[in-house]
Amino acid sequence: MKILVIAEHNNENVKASTFSTINAASQIDQNIDVLVVGSDCNNVTSELSNTQYIKKILLIDDTKFQNPIAENISKIITSCAEEYTHILAPASTFGKNIMPRVAAILDVAQISDIIKIEGKDTFVRPIYAGNALATVQSQDSKKVITVRPTSFDAVSKEGGNGEIQKLDLDIDISNVEFMGREETKSDRPELGSARVVISGGRGLGSAENFSLLNKIADKLNAAIGASRAAVDAGYISNDSQVGQTGKVVVPDLYIAVGISGAIQHLAGMKESKIIVAINKDEEAPIFNVADYGLCADLFEAIPQLSSELDKLNTIQK
Amino acid sequence: MKILVTVKRVIDYNVQIRVKSDQSGVETDNVKMSMNPPDENAVEEALRIKEAGKADEIIILSIGEEKSQETIRTALAMGADRGIYVKASNDTEPLGVAKIIEKIVDKEKPQLILMGKQAIDDDSNQTGQMVSAKLNWTQATFASKIEIDGDNIKVTREIDEGLETIKMPLPIVATCDLRLNEPRYASLPNIMKAKKKPIESLSAEELGIDITPRLKQLKVIEPPKRSKGIMVADVAELVQKLKNEAKVI
Ligand SMILES: Cc1cc2nc3c(=O)[nH]c(=O)nc-3n(C[C@H](O)[C@H](O)[C@H](O)COP(=O)(O)OP(=O)(O)OC[C@H]3O[C@@H](n4cnc5c(N)ncnc54)[C@H](O)[C@@H]3O)c2cc1C
Ligand SMILES: Nc1ncnc2c1ncn2[C@@H]1O[C@H](COP(=O)(O)O)[C@@H](O)[C@H]1O
Repeated sequence: MKILVIAEHNNENVKASTFSTINAASQIDQNIDVLVVGSDCNNVTSELSNTQYIKKILLIDDTKFQNPIAENISKIITSCAEEYTHILAPASTFGKNIMPRVAAILDVAQISDIIKIEGKDTFVRPIYAGNALATVQSQDSKKVITVRPTSFDAVSKEGGNGEIQKLDLDIDISNVEFMGREETKSDRPELGSARVVISGGRGLGSAENFSLLNKIADKLNAAIGASRAAVDAGYISNDSQVGQTGKVVVPDLYIAVGISGAIQHLAGMKESKIIVAINKDEEAPIFNVADYGLCADLFEAIPQLSSELDKLNTIQK
Repeated sequence: MKILVTVKRVIDYNVQIRVKSDQSGVETDNVKMSMNPPDENAVEEALRIKEAGKADEIIILSIGEEKSQETIRTALAMGADRGIYVKASNDTEPLGVAKIIEKIVDKEKPQLILMGKQAIDDDSNQTGQMVSAKLNWTQATFASKIEIDGDNIKVTREIDEGLETIKMPLPIVATCDLRLNEPRYASLPNIMKAKKKPIESLSAEELGIDITPRLKQLKVIEPPKRSKGIMVADVAELVQKLKNEAKVI
């Protein structure tokens, strides 16, 4: 068995999701290579060569591949797929965009968003917004898989000794023209891996009110999340959405403010260690999954929370 | 230009699903079924493109058991022109569905294929990308904005980092996010009109495609339940519990 992990990175750093995917791979077999496709990504390869379990780093470094265009990357992957039994990528928008193409080209199924590995061909994945868990066994000779990063710890970024191997491939470049990317820049921790997340919903009422959460987030060193309703209403950008069609988060502490708790929202946060819900409707379904529920008007509770937190001086960063 | 829109019949998003006690799957008998939500956005977008004079015909395709035709009918009532129904097991995997769609595309030659980004039953998020790979067309996944300008199309995509915009020549496969538009309701006269619109019936065998599943579903179970916690009286108690009991702050 031999596994290929597709690295997700931004040409400077390896994303946390990649280290979780390498951990998932290591539970299948520890004979792991990583593929890096990018431009000017020396730092990415050096981070990976120090990473636990990695044997080889296959590298394609060319300005043509500065942006991760699915057509190009899937061709690169399939042209080096031969010797691998498993090909894994994170179930991020990066991996979801590429891996089904890889599977279709190889004429195998793709197994989406696995949360557990039961054997070299058997995996557990959530279906119906996480309201059921399916155990599936692949009958294909090659397994093409996306991994839910929050279900696997990151591997150690030290102690590895991966060898870098440059690939020379002749790939027909896609006719997609990359026009640009609007990234939401923030000094806060990344939503997908933050220790604390505070999320707001429609109850916040406006973009201006939504920023009430910033103060709490600063004090708790938290990432900010949102319900789909809050994003749709324009209170905050789409990359903050938590849920079935947004991001999955598993923080130590998740604080839901003015969120009713629809199943599609719960799909993205109900594995959190501790859940707090602040809602003025005592019947709100979010209270059914909350460890601590506070039935209150958020416009009173949030300022109070801010001053109570000021009284503490032991907040873990 | 022709637009092909795929629609899947799924358990309605408001239904609290039940896992069967023999662990063979999810209960679907007597459960409300609807069009997969982002597929409604795909239908709506096709209608808007046609209304803007940029398309001539909208074809709706659904693959599944007999009742999938009702879902096609819903899209026809929204305003689409005609339907194609391909009979297959409801459990047909994305790879099999993609192969069927490929065959229909060979026959119908659309310039644009609009699909949902994800089916809310299997949560696979694969089929559009597979169709695109099979046809060797470009793809634009997770679309929240689509602009057609002559033979080119510009798509804004929702990605984990924010938004990304790409531009490419047609033909393409686009998969739609719920934020793409607000789907319309079918009016009564349109529901009546839709009854007369044609739906062609085919089957996977007739199309000569092997859709044998590649994954064996060993079991389907309920996830571990979270036990309900406590209600606190005020913010001070909340903070004290988080610090001393849960020890998370
Ligand atoms: C296919 C599909 C996919 C979806 N994917 C997602 C997803 O990924 N993520 C997601 O979040 N949703 C998703 N949704 C939408 C989901 O079904 C809900 O509509 C959405 O989560 C509701 O958001 P909300 O809780 O903010 O709003 P609402 O349901 O409107 O709830 C607002 C809450 O705020 C409370 N409130 C109002 N004012 C105050 C106040 N002053 N103080 C305290 N509380 C107050 C109210 O009591 C209420 O409970 C999806 C839906 C579909 C159909
Ligand atoms: N059986 C089907 N019939 C019609 N369209 C389908 C079917 N299965 C998947 N699709 C389309 O593919 C999209 C993505 O589905 P999935 O890859 O299963 O998450 C859906 O939103 C539909 O538009």
